[in-house]
Amino acid sequence: MKHLLSIADLDRAAIEGLLDLADHFTEVLERDIPKVPALRGMTVATLFFETSTRTRLSFEKAAKALSADVLNFNPSGSSLSKGESLKDTVLTVQAMGTDLMVVRHGAVGAPARVASWVDCPVINGGDGAHQHPTQALLDALTLRRRFGKLDGLRVAIVGDIRNSRVARSNIDAFTALGAAVTLVAPPTLLPLEIGSYPVSTSTELESILGDLDVIYLLRVQLERGSGPVLPSLPEYVARYGLDRRRFGLLGKEAVVMHPGPMNRGIEIASDVADDPRALITDQVSNGVATRMAVMFRLLTGKGQP
Amino acid sequence: MIQATPVQVMDGADVRRAIRRIAHEISERHHGAENLVLIGIHTRGVPIAEGIARAISEFEDTHVPVGELDVGFYRDDLDHRPTTRLGRTLLPIDVTDETVVLVDDVLYTGRTIRAALDAISDLGRPAAVELAVLIDRGHRQLPIRADYVGKNLPTSLQERVTVRVEAMDREQGVWIERPQM
Repeated sequence: MKHLLSIADLDRAAIEGLLDLADHFTEVLERDIPKVPALRGMTVATLFFETSTRTRLSFEKAAKALSADVLNFNPSGSSLSKGESLKDTVLTVQAMGTDLMVVRHGAVGAPARVASWVDCPVINGGDGAHQHPTQALLDALTLRRRFGKLDGLRVAIVGDIRNSRVARSNIDAFTALGAAVTLVAPPTLLPLEIGSYPVSTSTELESILGDLDVIYLLRVQLERGSGPVLPSLPEYVARYGLDRRRFGLLGKEAVVMHPGPMNRGIEIASDVADDPRALITDQVSNGVATRMAVMFRLLTGKGQP
Repeated sequence: MIQATPVQVMDGADVRRAIRRIAHEISERHHGAENLVLIGIHTRGVPIAEGIARAISEFEDTHVPVGELDVGFYRDDLDHRPTTRLGRTLLPIDVTDETVVLVDDVLYTGRTIRAALDAISDLGRPAAVELAVLIDRGHRQLPIRADYVGKNLPTSLQERVTVRVEAMDREQGVWIERPQM
């Protein structure tokens, strides 16, 4: 594995190998000194051309827990605003001596382009509505730690699938690990390429709640253009929002997930988000271990396939 | 082409006797088994540590806790060594102020033990750390020595030492593979 650009590039064994490694790092993160020297002397650069709080902090924490140094690139106030191209920016960061780059960009395929320009491994930290592979891995880890395995789990991904890179990478990861995925959304928010996924779809949420092990809620992404295709926000909440009553229709063992940031009161009611069966904080802490696993895999053991 | 022919240098009973002698030496030096923790280094160090703990508990009538340590994240050759399968790190008790006896199957360059010492210091501050190994094959690259040795086995750099233990491999013994030109 040279880069991590898309979950679609990984087979089941590769995904499980990363989850196994991440399991070890969850143990490391519980120690009194939650840090190992594995990447001492290496530099990880995070280049987030699109805003983020949790993903960037998570990558930074992961790199530091592996004893790597971290360079944070912030596009606002950078030479980008002076007209520097993406290519010149990343080549500049590379020339300073970086061993790995994490790239988030609003344009689909930007991290893959960066990977073709630089010599070091590149992790896709989210590109447009395309992929967010470390999110999918941390979600798979969270489910595997909860249920033991994903085989046979019935997962509904609910919300703005069309504009969601989280949905696309999670569909890849969940189905590769044997889960049965149903996409739930109004027809206008289902992806156009829907036929190419091994999933079923539903435009109705309430009737399937009782058959689910996992309900995975997506954020209504008003900034990515959910707005124009939604009839109205109150109508969306009325049909697809997970409130306390609908939460009660889930099976007793079913869990709720959300990639964050949440719109409390829209896709998820505030008290549901704080329920013990909402794994949202588990997702965040597993995110650090998952990103440690990916960085460790990309930066160690060179010379093996 | 180099052909390796394994020669057995210890059989199952020899290994069992060595483990029992190490157990006696540990309890003799510590006048019992108080405040003692055995930590086996993955992979073969773990069942050997369990064997030593079982033997100590037989003649000291006390339970000795056994932990497991994987030093994979502490190695100094991570950038070119393939990532082997990692074992779990699991300490039954806080090692701070305890006497830790690290247990490994073969002591060779000393780099694994160096990594283990770093790992231990991240997990707590033991009163003392000692080292028990089934085989000391020499060729140290660091100033490290074992406190308890099952067998000193002089080897050349070209030779390979293989340890198998009952609990893991269904056979027990120590073999040395000598390359033949």
